[in-house]
Amino acid sequence: MGFMKFNEQQLAEFNRLVARYPEGKQKSALLPVLHLAQESFGGWLSEEALNYVAELLQIKPIEVYEVATFYSMYHLKPVGKYVFEVCQTGPCMLRGSDNIIQYIENTLGIKPGETTTDGLFTLKTVECLGACGYAPMMQLGKHYKEHLTKEKVDAIIEECRKNAAVNN
Amino acid sequence: MAVKLLLEKAHIEGIRSYEVYRREGGYRSVEKALKTMSPENIVDEVKKSGLRGRGGAGFPAGMKWSFIAKPEGVPRHLVCNADESEPGTFKDRYLMENIPHLLIEGLIVSSFALGSNDTYIYIRGEYAWIVDILETAINEAKANGFVGNNILGTGFNCNIHVQRGAGAYICGEETALIESLEGKRGNPRLKPPFPAVKGLWERPTVVNNVETLSAIVPIINMGGEEYAKIGVGRSTGTKLISACGNINQPGVYEIDMTISVEEFIYSDEYCGGIANGKRLKACIPGGSSVPILPANLLLKTAKGETRYMNYESLSDGGFATGSMMGSGGFIVLDEDQCIVKNTLTLARFYRHESCGQCSPCREGTGWMEKILHNIEYGKGKISDIDLLWDIQSKIEGNTICPLGDAAAWPVAAAIRHFRDEFAWHVNHPDESQKRNFGLAHYADPIYVPVTA
Repeated sequence: MGFMKFNEQQLAEFNRLVARYPEGKQKSALLPVLHLAQESFGGWLSEEALNYVAELLQIKPIEVYEVATFYSMYHLKPVGKYVFEVCQTGPCMLRGSDNIIQYIENTLGIKPGETTTDGLFTLKTVECLGACGYAPMMQLGKHYKEHLTKEKVDAIIEECRKNAAVNN
Repeated sequence: MAVKLLLEKAHIEGIRSYEVYRREGGYRSVEKALKTMSPENIVDEVKKSGLRGRGGAGFPAGMKWSFIAKPEGVPRHLVCNADESEPGTFKDRYLMENIPHLLIEGLIVSSFALGSNDTYIYIRGEYAWIVDILETAINEAKANGFVGNNILGTGFNCNIHVQRGAGAYICGEETALIESLEGKRGNPRLKPPFPAVKGLWERPTVVNNVETLSAIVPIINMGGEEYAKIGVGRSTGTKLISACGNINQPGVYEIDMTISVEEFIYSDEYCGGIANGKRLKACIPGGSSVPILPANLLLKTAKGETRYMNYESLSDGGFATGSMMGSGGFIVLDEDQCIVKNTLTLARFYRHESCGQCSPCREGTGWMEKILHNIEYGKGKISDIDLLWDIQSKIEGNTICPLGDAAAWPVAAAIRHFRDEFAWHVNHPDESQKRNFGLAHYADPIYVPVTA
């Protein structure tokens, strides 16, 4: 992707985010800006990306590192094109999330934290996402996939493969 | 049908749009408050309403508002806590997804009462699509003169901004939320100073939950006194309950806090009974941090009286035999569920979410998870049960923020009420890998001594 920089549209979004805060408090935009960087730079945050964010916000790189490592939604290593983030906390467990995780492991041949060799899928187990009444569930990109069954998981995988083929 | 103040109109087609919301009487409270009331009047009405914080702590909202400092020339801020992350809780999401203008309306009135010209909604990062819903609602309200400068020609300015978090339960704690809003790690602050004096950017700040701020709308419309007539005792108004686990109808329900726990679980209007014809074993009635209760203590208090869905009744008996209303995250466990396994997943959750500032919480949550893991997988010792008890008791009360207590209470309550299930796991390491302890005696009536 070459030297890491926001394009014009991303810079406009950056400016919109920073404008929400008082003069001199631009650091407040750090979390949203990291989301923007992650979306813009291939789904994860490299050291280069973190340094770029620091430069844009005029803060020290360490201020960005300590935040990027604290919050669970920032990926500090490359991930697959589609990240399955399956909830495993109590309420989901009561509705069979263990079986869903096991099924995804078997179907994709990966363990939580791993990515398929074709780079398409990453499996992550996560803690409560606030969808307890619609369990078991997972987050896929910006949206939730709820009331998961083995059939639904198959359909989601199939859809991701189709979308990837179309975009290639 | 019970009284509904928040979700009454949530199912009307198109209610997400300004047009339909306004047609249905939306934004009347803004007109009433900004044109006919002073900020002090509004705070008084909220005090009279008896509204208690709906995020989990249950602190009187009007009193919290009255603490805000008003130093000359220093801006004040209202921050809406939409970081809903307590396992079992998904009510704020429901409200924001289905009737977002209700929150925006409540925010404008509340901002006027507190003198906030820049109000922030801090929403958990995973609710990414709800950010779009809220921003659309804010833009619609702005286009119609309810948000922005000189609202309704009154001279009051209020902009509302939505900020996404990035995955951290601890940011639901108000000072951690403020840190996060300042672009930092979510490490809770030492109090005092309280946010009402020094909050966001060291300015006086009030942080309230989504449901609390939405409830301001009916309070202003009907008046605090009328609002206080709904419910019972100090549990005034209505409460959103998000019900989940092994029930027939998981979902979000608005209750007026006069119904019994039994009715809530078994009535078709609410949970619709236990799924698959199973029997009730246990329940965590107010989000994962509140004490779990066995079926017998859930439906009736230790005195043998009916338990109701309100703040006082749910906590009747203290932690010895009661629980808490908490955030309203109602988690039901059927007879096939394993208390050890359930406690393990919650311990893992709190270990994962501890910010790491205080050693009792940082270390203790990890130890509890490891010990519970051993017991669950047939490698526990009987002494582990007392060790767990010891660890949780040393976390509770010894941390900067309530996450320590939140991590300790579920473990304590599980041992308090289900010690024999833990012991069975230890004593039957092989059998416990093949089957669960089952319902056992947890639904049996409790013997209540007759006193003269």
